[in-house]
Amino acid sequence: MLELAVPVALALLGVALLLNLWRLVAGPDLPDRVLALDTLYVNTIGVIVLFDVYLDTSIYFEAALVIAMMGFVGTVALAKYLLRGDIIE
Amino acid sequence: MIESVVELLVSVLLLAGAGFTLVGSIGLVRLPDFFMRLHGPTKATTLGVGAMIVGSGLYFSTRGEGLSLHELLVTLFLFITAPVSAHMLARAALHLKVSTRSRRAR
Repeated sequence: MLELAVPVALALLGVALLLNLWRLVAGPDLPDRVLALDTLYVNTIGVIVLFDVYLDTSIYFEAALVIAMMGFVGTVALAKYLLRGDIIE
Repeated sequence: MIESVVELLVSVLLLAGAGFTLVGSIGLVRLPDFFMRLHGPTKATTLGVGAMIVGSGLYFSTRGEGLSLHELLVTLFLFITAPVSAHMLARAALHLKVSTRSRRAR
């Protein structure tokens, strides 16, 4: 059952990533593009977790953790830049 | 018996998580203005990825190598940071005065 569920879930996440990419390219305002980048990194965590289950290892888990932390820092930095025109004042 | 129950539970969690993630991205594309679009990724996508990580934690906990709790760390981190980043983005959008549906109608 898991042999079927993991590829189907990966396909659903692939469609979700393509939709995020469309919003990143088409987004009318800058916050839309930052939000699309934010959603892209969150979905990438899901892809890495699914890939771990697919390969039956947990060596990629640290990559998911690092992406979670760095992605949050990046989103906050971009939002701060949009808000103040500067990141560290 | 117990292995098939765990496998069913993991499959359901992974598929439901992927489905919620897809719903969040559809919301990101389809909703009409930025403040509505903020809802999809911050709620549906966070729940979906959280469900997938819990499913994978359940899968690795039943591999015979003991309890695997470090997956929950990512879930916890994601659930803490998603509202914070959404709040920062909403403040930035308010500051930039992005076009909303009610502003266009006026």
